[in-house]
Amino acid sequence: MSKYLLDKFLFTVDRDPELVERYREDPAGTVAWWEETQANRILNCVGAESSTWLAFEEEERAALAGHDYVKLFELGAHPFLTLTLFIGMFERDHGPLEFQKEYARRLAHFSLPYPDIAT
Amino acid sequence: MAELVAVIASTHHPFYYRASTATGADRPDFADEWVRKVEAFRETLTRARPDVLVMVGSDHFHQLWLDNMPQFLVGKAPFYDANFYNEEREFGLPRMLLRGQEDLSAYVLREGLDAGFDLAFSNELRIDHSITCPIITLRPQNDLPIVPIYTNIFAPPLPQPKRFVQLGRAIRQLIESWPSDQRVAVIGTGHLSLELGGPRQFGPHGPDPEFDRKAVDWIANGDIEKCLGEVTLESLHLPGNATHGFMDFMLMMGVAGEGQRVDYVDTYDLFHTMEAYFTWYPGGPR
Repeated sequence: MSKYLLDKFLFTVDRDPELVERYREDPAGTVAWWEETQANRILNCVGAESSTWLAFEEEERAALAGHDYVKLFELGAHPFLTLTLFIGMFERDHGPLEFQKEYARRLAHFSLPYPDIAT
Repeated sequence: MAELVAVIASTHHPFYYRASTATGADRPDFADEWVRKVEAFRETLTRARPDVLVMVGSDHFHQLWLDNMPQFLVGKAPFYDANFYNEEREFGLPRMLLRGQEDLSAYVLREGLDAGFDLAFSNELRIDHSITCPIITLRPQNDLPIVPIYTNIFAPPLPQPKRFVQLGRAIRQLIESWPSDQRVAVIGTGHLSLELGGPRQFGPHGPDPEFDRKAVDWIANGDIEKCLGEVTLESLHLPGNATHGFMDFMLMMGVAGEGQRVDYVDTYDLFHTMEAYFTWYPGGPR
């Protein structure tokens, strides 16, 4: 499991308006590009000091590429990051709070304790 | 020595700005009552005539990140830019610029370290809605310098609840020992029961009204020991997966002191969360 990297993807995309649109329109392509070029970037360092070892596991890569927020919750991605990014991408296609409530309904099979979000 | 003139604890609902400024068909039916309650709450700060605001909040993965996450961080800068693109996008929050009070920041850092709190600091802190929301609600003219203090209620592992209370007590001691004639108000924002990104989010009320009732009673009565007796890091998951923000309310109870009843309390049951507003006047009623 690489929960840190899942969260890093959600964090870096959510804060960048161009990446939000790119991920909305081409999720699989954006995830592949991001893992290849961005995953090992240390956010407050120059590129020459990047990490060398970060990579998604297959089900994590598939969940991101499938816009599968239910699976991301199951995998322990930070729910605030997932929610804000997905609201940013998809609320516009729905009526007021419609997307947020549907999001909750799709998670209804989860009960306490929820998947661990500690990284 | 500086005077602590008000201690204020509040929820920080990022939708208030949009709701309160909306007009016509865009204005939600709960906006007028919400504005009325916030304006009454605002008066409790105005009456205290503060010179400087110590503001306790929590970064929501806007600037602080999992590669280098502080548990408690004090801003020390002459100015603080505020609000981020994704807050503008989702809440309609404006970009803001707040003035800092660097002397008090430096004092809190030096004396806080010596008091046993390993405080992180930032000389370039861009603050988010946990601090700008109470500026919008309580001091919309944005005319007072601030000392921002961020806590980690968000990215496990978190400090224990008692640590928030202890920090609150220390903040009060630091303010009251600050060699200055300034009048200081401390404003902290957090949550009652709250769920974000989970199956109980965005219901007609907060996810756990029973927890909310108990929490409001603890705060209103300054019942720190009873609260600490019932709340743990583990139990705070039960009322909703974002309820750890309640620990910032516990910090404010620490600032106010054990057994100190609030001078002002109000609540407002909005969709998906309970709004709650508390004010203490340490020097007596204003």
